[in-house]
Amino acid sequence: MLVIHCPYCQAERPELEFANAGEAHIVRPNNMSDMTDAEFEKMFFVRENPKGVNLERWRHIHGCGRFFNAIRHTVSDKFLKVYKAGAPRPSDAEIAELMK
Amino acid sequence: MANANVATPNNPTSGNRFANSSVTIEAAAPAARISFRATPKGAKDFGKTLGIDLPTKPGLSASNSSLSALWIGPDEWLIIDTKNSINSLMPRRENANFCATDVSHRNVAFIISGDGAENTLCASCPRDLSPAAFPVGTASRTIFGKAEVVLLRIGKTSFRLECWRSFSPYVWDLLIDGAQDAHI
Ligand SMILES: [Zn+2]
Repeated sequence: MLVIHCPYCQAERPELEFANAGEAHIVRPNNMSDMTDAEFEKMFFVRENPKGVNLERWRHIHGCGRFFNAIRHTVSDKFLKVYKAGAPRPSDAEIAELMK
Repeated sequence: MANANVATPNNPTSGNRFANSSVTIEAAAPAARISFRATPKGAKDFGKTLGIDLPTKPGLSASNSSLSALWIGPDEWLIIDTKNSINSLMPRRENANFCATDVSHRNVAFIISGDGAENTLCASCPRDLSPAAFPVGTASRTIFGKAEVVLLRIGKTSFRLECWRSFSPYVWDLLIDGAQDAHI
């Protein structure tokens, strides 16, 4: 079982208390009705799904209930970093540093 | 004639009791409960009304005779009173700083006690419930089998487990299962 650090509980909790909530930092546009179908499809359905480092939303649903973001390696499942919802996306340089 | 305005909840595990040489599991008596969501100011104000400081650190609880306040999330508490009525607990006035919901009938509780209490719970709960990781007074929402529960360690070898009423027969069966293993 994965052990995941919750930035709100400030502690490690078992995977079974969490739910993955998809890719993080997807910006929902304000002008949705002006978008073309292709633009909408890209925003709504198309995700990075990398083999490697992924930026994800998680929810500590059976714990404190909070959403937060995590950087997880999709091959090793290793969590490189967790941070609170609303915090800025870590820079590529920071992510590269975390992978060392 | 029954009062149409007063709900009479059916508790499917009311009066349940189980004991073996290492653990006793009992359905807890009915209690008043509030699901409380608040800003820091709202939490402070309601704490004053209740005469108890709502804990602000993750995993903590505060108790004062029959009343307990459990930290559930950064803006969420579960208030349980085993003696006083819900009417005496609910805030009198509405306030933009908090939201209090009477959930007295949503939950039921079990008291699990004895040397085998920790192992009984560990059979279905993935959390580290050792006294070092989960000392007396620790409160947490977590998962028990497939049911969401709130655990409160009320003593060195005793726990209060709160679960939703309709899940209680399932939780009860898992507890008995765990108790039989803890017994070995
Ligand atoms: Zn949490």
